[in-house]
Amino acid sequence: MAAHLKKRVYEEFSKVVQLPQEEAPAKKLRLTKPSKSAALHIDLCKASNPTDALQYLLHFARSSVEAESVEGVVRILLEHYYKEQDNSVRLKIASLIGLLSKTQNFNPESILDDTLNTFNTEKSHQVLAQLLDTLLVIGTQLPESPIVRHRLIEVAYKHLSDTYFGVRNKCLQLLGCLGNVDTPLNKDGQGLVPAVIGGSAPGVSGGVCVRDAQSLISDYFADQDPRVRTAAIKAMLQLHERGLKIQQTIYDQACRLLCDDYEQVRSAAVQMVWVLSQLYPESIVPIPSSNEQVRLVDDSFGKISHMVSDGSWVVRVQAAKTLGNMLQVSPHFLEQTLDKKLMSDLRRKRTAHERAKELYASGEFSSGRKWADDAPKEKVDTSAVNLIASGACGAFVHGLEDEMYEVRIAAVDALSALAQSSASFAEKCLDFLVDMFNDEIEEVRLQSIHVLRQISTNITLREDQLDTVLAVLEDSSRDIREALHELLCFTNVSTKECIQLALLELLKNLTKYPTDRNSVWKCLKFLGCRHPTLVLPLVPELLSTHPYFHTPEPDMDDPAYIAVLVLVFNAAQSCPTMTALFSDHTFRHYTYLRDSLSHLVPPLRLPGRTQAPGGNGIEGSGSVESAQLFLQQSLGRISTIHNLQDPGAQDLLNFTIRDLQRLGELQTELAGAADFSATYLRCQLLLTKALQEKLWTMAVPLCLKHNAMATAAAKQMLEETYKLEFLYSGLENRQVATIHHVRLQAKALQLVLTARTRRGVEPLISVCEKFLQEVESFQRLFVVELPHLQESFVGKLLDLSPKLSACKPGELVKILQTTLRQSGFLNLQLPKQVQRASATIIEPTGESDNPLRFTSGLVVALDIDATLEHVQDPHNTVKVQVLYPDGQSHVIQPKPGDFRSPGPHRHRLITQVYLSHSAWTEACQIEVRLLLAYSSSRLCKAAWSDSSTEGLQPAEGATEGTIPFGKPVKVFIMPKPARR
Amino acid sequence: MPEIKVTPLGAGQDVGRSCILVSIGGKNIMLDCGMHMGFNDDRRFPDFSYITQQGRLTEFLDCVIISHFHLDHCGALPYMSEMVGYDGPIYMTHPTKAICPILLEDFRKITVDKKGETNFFTSQMIKDCMKKVVPLNLHQTVQVDDELEIKAYYAGHVLGAAMVQIKVGSESVVYTGDYNMTPDRHLGAAWIDKCRPDILISESTYATTIRDSKRCRERDFLKKVHETVERGGKVLIPVFALGRAQELCILLETFWERMNMKAPIYFSTGLTEKANHYYKLFITWTNQKIRKTFVQRNMFEFKHIKAFDRSYADNPGPMVVFATPGMLHAGQSLQIFKKWAGNEKNMIIMPGYCVQGTIGHKILNGQKKLEMENRQTLEVKLQVEYMSFSAHADAKGIMQLIRMAEPRNMLLVHGEAKKMEFLKDKIEQEFTINCFMPANGETTTVITNPSVPVDISLNLLKREMALGGPLPDPKKPRTMHGTLIMKENSLRLVSPEQALKELGLNEHQLRFTCRVQLQDPHSDPDTLSRIYTHLKSVLKGYTIQHLPDGTVMVESIVIKVSSSAEEPNTKVLLLSWSYQDEDLGSFLSTLLKKGLPSGLSSM
Repeated sequence: MAAHLKKRVYEEFSKVVQLPQEEAPAKKLRLTKPSKSAALHIDLCKASNPTDALQYLLHFARSSVEAESVEGVVRILLEHYYKEQDNSVRLKIASLIGLLSKTQNFNPESILDDTLNTFNTEKSHQVLAQLLDTLLVIGTQLPESPIVRHRLIEVAYKHLSDTYFGVRNKCLQLLGCLGNVDTPLNKDGQGLVPAVIGGSAPGVSGGVCVRDAQSLISDYFADQDPRVRTAAIKAMLQLHERGLKIQQTIYDQACRLLCDDYEQVRSAAVQMVWVLSQLYPESIVPIPSSNEQVRLVDDSFGKISHMVSDGSWVVRVQAAKTLGNMLQVSPHFLEQTLDKKLMSDLRRKRTAHERAKELYASGEFSSGRKWADDAPKEKVDTSAVNLIASGACGAFVHGLEDEMYEVRIAAVDALSALAQSSASFAEKCLDFLVDMFNDEIEEVRLQSIHVLRQISTNITLREDQLDTVLAVLEDSSRDIREALHELLCFTNVSTKECIQLALLELLKNLTKYPTDRNSVWKCLKFLGCRHPTLVLPLVPELLSTHPYFHTPEPDMDDPAYIAVLVLVFNAAQSCPTMTALFSDHTFRHYTYLRDSLSHLVPPLRLPGRTQAPGGNGIEGSGSVESAQLFLQQSLGRISTIHNLQDPGAQDLLNFTIRDLQRLGELQTELAGAADFSATYLRCQLLLTKALQEKLWTMAVPLCLKHNAMATAAAKQMLEETYKLEFLYSGLENRQVATIHHVRLQAKALQLVLTARTRRGVEPLISVCEKFLQEVESFQRLFVVELPHLQESFVGKLLDLSPKLSACKPGELVKILQTTLRQSGFLNLQLPKQVQRASATIIEPTGESDNPLRFTSGLVVALDIDATLEHVQDPHNTVKVQVLYPDGQSHVIQPKPGDFRSPGPHRHRLITQVYLSHSAWTEACQIEVRLLLAYSSSRLCKAAWSDSSTEGLQPAEGATEGTIPFGKPVKVFIMPKPARR
Repeated sequence: MPEIKVTPLGAGQDVGRSCILVSIGGKNIMLDCGMHMGFNDDRRFPDFSYITQQGRLTEFLDCVIISHFHLDHCGALPYMSEMVGYDGPIYMTHPTKAICPILLEDFRKITVDKKGETNFFTSQMIKDCMKKVVPLNLHQTVQVDDELEIKAYYAGHVLGAAMVQIKVGSESVVYTGDYNMTPDRHLGAAWIDKCRPDILISESTYATTIRDSKRCRERDFLKKVHETVERGGKVLIPVFALGRAQELCILLETFWERMNMKAPIYFSTGLTEKANHYYKLFITWTNQKIRKTFVQRNMFEFKHIKAFDRSYADNPGPMVVFATPGMLHAGQSLQIFKKWAGNEKNMIIMPGYCVQGTIGHKILNGQKKLEMENRQTLEVKLQVEYMSFSAHADAKGIMQLIRMAEPRNMLLVHGEAKKMEFLKDKIEQEFTINCFMPANGETTTVITNPSVPVDISLNLLKREMALGGPLPDPKKPRTMHGTLIMKENSLRLVSPEQALKELGLNEHQLRFTCRVQLQDPHSDPDTLSRIYTHLKSVLKGYTIQHLPDGTVMVESIVIKVSSSAEEPNTKVLLLSWSYQDEDLGSFLSTLLKKGLPSGLSSM
C-alpha cells in the first residue's frame, strides 16, 4: 500500500513538471526561431517515401541547432516519428534526438517525457536500442537529478528481458552509468525516490519494489549472447568506478567468465577479477579439489596469471597489464611467476639462468664446450611433474616470450611495477629482464632497459649479468646505447672485475661511436661515485703508473683517457687514499679537467695543494645550502629598497645582478632561481633608468637620445617578462602576478613614451583604452594576489581606477607617469623550485667545415639532435628555427614522435629539418636554433577555469610568440644550381 | 553409435613417414603422406596395401591433407598418387604447395641420381602429383564435398605449416601436424580456437621435455658467434636447407645490423635461394615483426648474408658460413670443416640433432682425432658448440594447445612410445579425457555423441514458450512434447496434431487405469466427497470437480469409488487417466495409496 501511495505521489509530481513545459516553450520557440524547425517540418512532410525522409534527416544532422530551438525541433521530429512506418527513419530520428540533447546550454529534461513516451509504441528492437542510447545521452547530461535517473532506470529494467541483444546491451549500459550507487533503499524507501521492481515478472505495472542494480546486472553474466555478457561486466565495472562497492559474491561468477569462449568477455572478466581482488584482498577463498584456502588476491593473481597464456592476444595484454597492478600479492605467489621447471627426457634440467649462477658461484667461467654440457641429471618423479602450470606458475616466462610485442611490453611493465614493490622479486626477475635486451623489437629492448634502470636501486648485478648487459653497448641504435648508459649510472656492481669490464666495454663503445662521448663520460662519473672502493685497486692499472719507472704522459685530448680520469677522480672524491697513487701529470690533468669539464670532475682535497679556486671552499651538500643562504641574503638586501628612485638603489641592483649571475654559474642547482631573480631585477633596473627624473622634465626634442633609450628599455622589459613567464617552470601564481605586473609597467612606460613623441590625441585614445583593458584583466586574473600588491604600481593605479576610465588620454598619461615613478619596488618572492628551461643542440656541432651540398630548389635533410631540460609539454612548444643568411627564416614544428623522454624533466629531440634555398655562389652558414613558443591564452584559460562565471570570452590580450633558447648552431650549406 | 576411427600407417609411436587414416561420418581422409629417413627399403613409405590390396586408392579416400613440406610428412606423396594411384584432391597450404615440389625433386635426385635406385618416382610424377593439389588458406573453410569440410590453422614450425580441422556434421577431428607453441625469429606461435573436436591428433616429439626460454638459447648463440668473430676466428654452422636455416639467418642478420658488424656471412647455395624466394613471398605466414616491417624492408632480403663460393673458405679474417648438410656427413659443410678444423680460433656450432655415425655426432661427443678416407687423420682443434633450435612444441606447449582446443579425446602420434606414455598419463590426469597412442596399423575407435539438428515448427515452439513461466534459459535444457517426423532425409519436430494431420492418421487415446484399495468406514458417496476435500487441500491450483454422477475429476483424471457388498469398509478407487496426464495420474495414485487422513469431514 505504501509503495502504491508513493507511486501516486511520484506520478502527480511528474505531471506537475510536465504540463507547463509542454506548452510554453514551444510557443516561444515558434516566435523566435520559426525558420529552422519549420523548414524541417516542411521537409519531412514533403518526403513521400522513407528514403527521402532519411535523406532530409541526414542533411539536417549536418547543420547545427541553437540551444533555444532544440526543443521545438525535437517535438517536430517526434511528431514525425509517430507517423513513420519505416524502421530506419525512426532509428535516425532517435539518434538525432540523442545528438540534439547534447547541444550546449540545453536542458534535456524538457524532452525526457516525450522521449519516454515513444517506448510505449515502439516495436522494432533496433529502434528500441537506439532510443535507449538516446536516454543514455540524456541521462549523462543530467547526472544530478535523481528523479530523471530513476525514471530512466525503470525503463532499463523493463527492457532488460528483451530478446534482441542490442536492447539488453543498452539497458545494461544505462544501468551501469545511472544505476543507484548508494546502498539500495529498503522496500519502503522514503522520499521521492521511486522504487523499481526487479523480480520475476518484468513489466508488471503494479507495485514497485527495489532490486539493486548490482544483483540484476550480475544475472546477465550468464546471458546467452557474449556481447551482452561483456556489456554486463562493463556495466558492473562502471558501477564500481562510480563508487559502488561490488559484493564479493560476484567473484566466483567473474572467475567462471575467465573461461568464456569469447575474448571480449574474458578480457572484461580479467578486469572484473582484478577490481574484486583490490576490493577484498584479504578475504579467504577455498581452493577447489583440496581443503586449503588462500587469500583472495593470491587466488585472483593465479587466475589472471593463467590468462597470460590465453589464446587471444588482447586478453593476454590485458592480463599482463593487470598483473602489474596487483601489488598486495604474497611473495610466494609472485616468485612463482618466474618459475619454470625444465625437463628433458623426464630428467630435471637446470635452466640456463641457474647454470650461469652456479658457474659464477663456483668461480669457473663459461665452459659450454661439450655437447650435452647442459645434460639433465636427476631423474624426475613422473607423478610429481605438473605440466599445466597451476596458478601463477611461469606467467611471466610466457609473457616475455609471447609472439606479440604488445604482450611482451605489457609483461615488462608489469615486471617493473612488481619489482619496485618487492626487492626479492627484483633480484629474481633480473635474469629475465636482461634477456629482454635481446628482443627483436627495439621498443621492447628499450623498455626493458628503462625498467631495469627503475629497479636498479634494489639490485646488484652479477658479473655474468653485467656481461650480457654490456654486450648491448654495441647496439647501433643511439637510443638503446644512451638508455644503457643511463642504466649503468644507477647500477651497483659487486666486484672490481665488473668495474674493469664496464670500463672496457664503455671505451670500446667510445671508439666505435665517438658521438657518445658525453654520455659515456657521464656514465663513468656515476660509476666512479658509486664504487670508490672497487676502483681503488684498479687505479695503478688504469693510470698505467709503475712503481719504479716513469710512464709516458698520456694524450690529454684522448677521449678514452679523459673517460678513465673521470672514473678515477670521481672515485677519489670519497676515497682520500687514492690521490696518493696519482702521478704528477695526473694532478696537472686534474686541474685542467676540473676547469674544462667541471660538471664531470668533482673538487678533490689534494694533499699539499691549495684548493681549486672554483671550489669557494665549500663542499658537498653544504655548498648548496650556503648558496641558498647567499641567494636569500641578496634578495633580502634588495628588499630594503622601497623606491627605485632612492639614491644608491641602482648600484645595489647592479651588484646584486652580478652576484646572482655568478651564483647561477657556480651552483647548477640554483641556476634557475638565480637567473630568474637576476632577470627580474634587470627589468627593474631598466625601468629605473628609463624613468630618471631629470630627463623627463626636458622637452622632447632635446632628449631624443634618451627617448630612444627608454623605448628600447620598454621593449626589452616586455621581452624579458615573456621569458620570465614561460622559460621558467615551477612558478606559482604569486610570481606570475609579479611578472604580469612588470609587464604592465613596461606597457605603461610605452604608453607614456608614445604620448610624448606623437602629436594628436586620436591614436592615443585607442592605446589608452587597450591599456585600461589590460589593467582590468590583470585585476580579474589576480584577485587573490591583489592584497600583496598594495604599494605597487598596479595597487596605486587601481586605487584611482574609477577616475581613470573617465579621464582623457592626456590626463591618463600624466597619472601613469607619476604613479610609475612613485610606485614602490615590488619584492620578489622566490618559489621553492624554479628551473630554467634550457636546450643544447648536440648535433649538428657547428664545427664542420664541409658544407652540406645539395641542388638548389630541392630539399636536404639536416639531422638535429638536442636535449631539452625543464621544458613542459615540449611537443607543443618547442620549434626549430632556421635562419638563412639572406634573412629568411623558417620555423619548423617537429613531430611528436621525435621527442623522447629519457629522464624526469628531460627531453630529447631527434628530428630532421628540411632545408631548401635557391642557389648561392659560396658555401654559407645558416643558423639553426630552438624556439620556445608560448601563448598567454594558455595561462589565462587555466586561471579562468577556477571561476567559470566569466564564460567563454576570447582570451583577451592573448599574445603568442617565441623565445629563442639554447645556443644557435651554424651549419655550412651550399645549394648548387641544378645542372641541365 | 557413430564412431570415428583413426589408424596410423606411419608415425604411430614413431617419428617419420607420418600417415594417418581417419574415417569420420562415413568419410575417409588421409592425413600426411611422408617417408622415413631411417630406411632405404619398402619401409621407407607407408604401407598403402592396408587400404586396398590392388587397384587405385581413389575410391577409398575422400581427400588427402598435407600439413607441411617436411619430407617425413609429404615424401611419399608422388609415390602414392602416381605409382599406387590416387586422383582425388590433395589439400595443402600455399607455401607448402610452393616449396614441397622443390624438396621432392631434391629427394628424388639424391635417391635416383646419387644412389642409383630404380623404380622410383620421376620428375614428371612430381609435377602430375602437384596438379592434384588444392591450395588452402588459413581459417578458410573448404567444402570437400557436401558433408566434409576442412579448415586450416596456423601451426608455426616451418613456413606454411598448418593444423587442420576436419568436420563432418557436428563430428570433428583436429590434426596438428608438427607445431610450435613458442614463436621464433621468423614464425609465430600455433593458434587454434576453442573448436572442441572429438579427437585431437597431436604430435608428441618432445613429450617429456620442457624447454628453457628461447632467449637464453639465442643469446648464447649470438654471444658465441660474436666472440669468435671478434677474435678473428671463423664460424661454421652446418644446417639443413630449410626451416632452421632461415631462423638463424634472420637472427644473425639482425644482430649484425644492430651491432654494426662488418664480418661477412655466407650461405652455401643450393635450393636455399629458391626457397628464400618463397619466404619473401609468403610474408603473411611469418611472425609479427617481419609482417609489420616488410613494407620498409623484407627481412628475408638479407643485407649481410651473401652467397658462398668455394674459394672463400681460404680467405683470411673472420667470417660466418652456413653450409649444408646439417650433420657434416658429406658435401660442402664437411669440406669447410676439414679446412678449418685445425685452428683453435675457429668454431663450429651444431644447431640440431646428429645421427649416430656422422662426423657431427662424433665431434659433439668430444672426439679430437677423426679418421678420414684414405687413412688420413684430422685433428679437431676448433671449438665445438651445440645449440638446440628445434621447432616442436614441448610438453607444456602440447598441454597449452589441448587447453586451447578443449578436445573430447586425445590421440598422440609422431613420438617415441615411452615418452608418449608419460604424456598420456599426464593428459588423462589433468584433463580427465581419454588419450590414445595407437601403433602403426592399429585402429583407435572413438564413439561420438553427435548432436542431431532437427527443425522445429514455430507454432510448437511458441506454444511451449507460452506454457513455460520464466524466459528460456539457454544454459538449462527443457523438455517439451512433440512428434519427430523423419521424412526424406530431414528431421522435423511438430506438434502431435499436425503430425497426425500430415500423416493422415487418426488419433488413438491411451488411458491408464488403476485400482487403489482403501480402508474407509464411510459410505461410497461420503468417501468420494472425503477424497474430493482431500485432493482439494493438496492440489491447489488444479481444477477439481465433484460431478453429480458420482465421480471426481482432477483435470482429465477420473476417480470413482466402489465397494463390494461383503467388505463394505474396503473401498476400491478406480483411477483413469490419459497418456498425456501420466505425471499427475501416477502422483494421484501414490497419493491415494497412502490413504485418506483422518479428521476429514465429509460434506
